[in-house]
Amino acid sequence: MITAGIDMGAQFIKVVILDDGKVTARTIIPTGFEPLEAAKKALDNAMKEAGISRQDIKSIVATGAGRKSVDFADSSITEVTADARGTIHLNPSVRTIVDIGAEEARGISCDAQGKVLDFAKNDKCAAGSGAFVESMARALEIKVPEMIAISLKSTKEAPINATCAVFAESEVVSLIHSKIEKADIAHAVHDAIASRVSSMVRRIPVEKDVALIGGVANNAAIVDVMQKHLGTEIVVPENPQYVSALGAALSAAS
Amino acid sequence: MTTEYFRWTEYAWKNPDKDWQKADTLVAGIDVGSVSSQAVVLADDEIYCYSNARTGSNSPDSAKNALGMALKDTDIKQENLQFVVGTGYGRVNIPMSNKAITEIACHARGANYMGGPTIRTILDMGGQDLKGIHCDERGKVTQFLMNDKCAAGTGRGMEVMAELLQVPIVDVGQMSLDVEEEPPPVSSTCVIFAKSEAIGLLRKGWTKNMVLAAYCSAMAHRVVGLLERIGIEKDFTITGGISKNIGVTSRILKELKVDSVPLKPDPQIAGALGASVFARDLLLKSRK
Amino acid sequence: MFNRLLRRLVILPGYIANYGYTDGSGDYYIIVDTDKCDGCGKCVEACPQDILEIITDDYDDLVVTVKEEHSKNLKYVCAPCKPVSGPVELKCQIACPSGAITHSW
Repeated sequence: MITAGIDMGAQFIKVVILDDGKVTARTIIPTGFEPLEAAKKALDNAMKEAGISRQDIKSIVATGAGRKSVDFADSSITEVTADARGTIHLNPSVRTIVDIGAEEARGISCDAQGKVLDFAKNDKCAAGSGAFVESMARALEIKVPEMIAISLKSTKEAPINATCAVFAESEVVSLIHSKIEKADIAHAVHDAIASRVSSMVRRIPVEKDVALIGGVANNAAIVDVMQKHLGTEIVVPENPQYVSALGAALSAAS
Repeated sequence: MTTEYFRWTEYAWKNPDKDWQKADTLVAGIDVGSVSSQAVVLADDEIYCYSNARTGSNSPDSAKNALGMALKDTDIKQENLQFVVGTGYGRVNIPMSNKAITEIACHARGANYMGGPTIRTILDMGGQDLKGIHCDERGKVTQFLMNDKCAAGTGRGMEVMAELLQVPIVDVGQMSLDVEEEPPPVSSTCVIFAKSEAIGLLRKGWTKNMVLAAYCSAMAHRVVGLLERIGIEKDFTITGGISKNIGVTSRILKELKVDSVPLKPDPQIAGALGASVFARDLLLKSRK
Repeated sequence: MFNRLLRRLVILPGYIANYGYTDGSGDYYIIVDTDKCDGCGKCVEACPQDILEIITDDYDDLVVTVKEEHSKNLKYVCAPCKPVSGPVELKCQIACPSGAITHSW
């Protein structure tokens, strides 16, 4: 049976097509200002990649912040459910999931079947989400990949106190003016977001294994500092930004 | 150099009718805030001169600059000042101050001086925080609430929006009222997300005025939510830089269904003025 | 001390300090009734995150306050004490002999 999962993220829309438990296509496009149009396009691209047509898909399930706007989906599930389903499918030993997206961060505790036991989330505040990393990279006048690379080479601690992205930006600017190494500032930025997300995650029981998913999981510097903050090793599944969409596609198949 | 839309003009004012040489007490209050700094000189119990300047990279220089601007057209020298109280975000780093007092106490005192003893609730909308303050008839704080983390609803948030829309910050308020119909407020309280929402609205064909209206009303709504935590008691007044943005203040008053007492000569000097009133009290007390 | 006695005798309104903030995800405040607080410091010792301190306020009373750097991140520093399941009595509140501390939830 062929099913599709659509994850309507704040910044990107992800689509996964599943054929009897096997992923046959994965696509990602920016959400932009016409999310419904973008979702259709992402699905079209995925169908092309998998070499199938609309009639072949038995069921479509949407998830993510904008899931309600997908009028062509058969049903929708919450991001929390989708995260748990997708992660357990890829990595059955995971019990705690941390999902850091562009605008939100979540901590989820689940069992071996992917059933959600508890969760905590931080919504609509740029501090503690991917948007924070991006706006700090802008303040540093470098691209995000470069910021990650130099952050891993940092040797000194730099102070960033602000818990609001707008204020943190001014702090970054004044650190640049006081001639602090960009590497150390980049590290401080990652440390700030990790400390925020991990404090939030600690509101739920943190049990091994711990997985980090969402677009920000591709950021090696964050994975590194998150491990320090949570005091445990973190697994990052392959294609971490598609985990939610995969969870939705799995849910469509059941 | 590109235009800096968030910039506003610094200014100073001097009381033409007062002779400081004849005054028994001559004191000053300096408020070093995150975005702007003010200095007020009080001769006896009257405002002699004041200034409003942009805060620089460090507190000592910002304090010197503000005081220097206030004293520029007078023949007062710094050593003529008998007592100086510092307040605001940078209060502990003001070299010429004899004492530091929190901005909460100073704003209440300054609002009480300008608005009279009937003021009970003060909303201070500063550069990086929002404060709700209740005070008694002498301007003594009875309850306060400080929102000092999030840029939403602050002057800094407004600067971000002014830069984004390339509108001079002083025009934001009037432009936001210049709309045919009040648009729905932007949904995000977070400035970072409101920014991307604003870009989306512009692409949809909204005018700058409409986007500003949507932003100002979201800001007003958020401020009202904050004030409801401590409640509103009449008389009500607004201090701080955003108090000069009519787009935000008129929407706050409409939502709260109260009037605000206008503060003369300038609602932005409330903190520095309050500090100078404290300075005078402390000076008189030390003479006894 | 004398100030506080006087305030109680003439029944002036209490002095309530709200430390914290509201952001897109909710309210995060620690509320101190400075009339009830006598600055004993038991809560300062009880707080596992070390976010409280005793200061002399603008009216010369000893009271507890939230350290300035922490009033901006209460959501995060208080999180370990606050279960998602809902309000419980917190360590700082249990330690306070006069019931001067409340938290927003």
